[in-house]
Amino acid sequence: MIISMTLELKDIPGQLVLALAPISELHGNIMSVVHQHYEKTPRGTIPVQVTFEIEHTVLNKLIQRLEKSGVRVARVGEERLRSTVSVILIGHIVHSDMGDTIDRIDSTGFAEVVDMSLSMPAIEKTSSAYLVINAVGEKELGMALDILRDVADKKDLLMIEPILLNSVGT
Amino acid sequence: MKTIKISIIGFGAVGQGVARSLLSKQEYLKKQGYDIRVVGISDSKGSEINTKGIDLEDALNRKKQKGTVAIDTSDALELIRNVKHDIVVEVTPTNIGNGEPGLGNIRAALHAGRHVVTSNKGPLALRFTELKEAAEDNGLHLRYEATVGGAVPIFNLVHEALAGNSIIGIEGILNGTCNYILTRMEEERMPYELVLKEAQELGIAETDPTYDVEGIDSAIKLVIIANSIFGQNATYGDVDVTGITKITPEALELANKNNYVVKLVCEVRESRLTVAPRLVPKRHPLAVGGTLNVASILTDLAGRITISGKGAGSIETASSILSDILYIARNS
Repeated sequence: MIISMTLELKDIPGQLVLALAPISELHGNIMSVVHQHYEKTPRGTIPVQVTFEIEHTVLNKLIQRLEKSGVRVARVGEERLRSTVSVILIGHIVHSDMGDTIDRIDSTGFAEVVDMSLSMPAIEKTSSAYLVINAVGEKELGMALDILRDVADKKDLLMIEPILLNSVGT
Repeated sequence: MKTIKISIIGFGAVGQGVARSLLSKQEYLKKQGYDIRVVGISDSKGSEINTKGIDLEDALNRKKQKGTVAIDTSDALELIRNVKHDIVVEVTPTNIGNGEPGLGNIRAALHAGRHVVTSNKGPLALRFTELKEAAEDNGLHLRYEATVGGAVPIFNLVHEALAGNSIIGIEGILNGTCNYILTRMEEERMPYELVLKEAQELGIAETDPTYDVEGIDSAIKLVIIANSIFGQNATYGDVDVTGITKITPEALELANKNNYVVKLVCEVRESRLTVAPRLVPKRHPLAVGGTLNVASILTDLAGRITISGKGAGSIETASSILSDILYIARNS
């Protein structure tokens, strides 16, 4: 899951490292850090916004570690549905109970079908659908795609997925 | 002047393209210091052999008039084994069942101590490791740039120009027929069957289009890439293949509205080999239209390198073959 946190640091050297180290130690992947040194809180602390991807099972442990080291956790929020993918399905989609498929994805809690357009040229012809799925993270997006692949396989639908865009280990 | 004696085995579109290119490039090649002499040409009916060098103009005319280049009945294997020459240019048609006659021709050539340049996908898709080792054991070159991507120099690019890079993955469009059909379907909003018919009338698709439209040709090329570039020992059965026959104009229209095109994409990544229709963003370098081929290579040092060009055509394919011949001329 992707978490966005507002932390408050004491205005003394070494505090940022103190705040970020536990995230790395618990195998979190830090995505952004906004450190506003000149915007102090009424308490005299410095607010930092950190966004990172982490297993939800270690979230409480992370908060405990931060508090213990003197970093105040002012806000914890889950960044939902940050990852998105488009796919096309071709086949007898209407007969394949698409509603049920969408429900299966939506009921995961980590992914949703946020857009769908359907084109049906004639009753006996195959129809085509364009779907956009959002999920809380890349891993979850992969799991949602697996559900769709499974349905496509069972209902004999052709599923067209995007090429992998990212790529090189940059 | 370095004299290189070659044979051309198979005198169809590609073989004739090689002969035509050698004719038109004679002066150019001499200036480079190479006298490339064709000492034997073979087709399914027989051969022409002339150890002093065949008159290519004459051979091309005879093929056109009589349907064969043969003036004697000796077959390809006799020519390969018995006539002394340096390079066998093996350009017989691809047979993906057993690789013949190409496989036998290449084996015979390597056994007789001759370098091989080929455009024939069958033998390389079926027996890559065996042939590569046979060439290495005998200190010979086996070059096959023309097997994948026609004129597009994928293997030269990776093995020579990108030497030192680790290749992370390759994505490509390696079948011009499919790319033409998908491009036309999208542009004209025509159903698959109609565009296929048009492609057949234009000679872009075969009468039996299965080999292209079911993704078989793409998969075979992907196998050669996997073996040559990723050191795998893959065969056709290792590729997960989906063709383009089920694609509808409505699907292409939906893709288009959302800034995608649909392409039959070949992909090698982490030893997974896939050929399938994929959504490609319109502005992505892979989104080439018409009969063009393209390969996008992901490397660790150079990042992404993409090349595209003509994937078929007798002169275009001959360009890759000529480049392989010259490579051997320079390095032997």
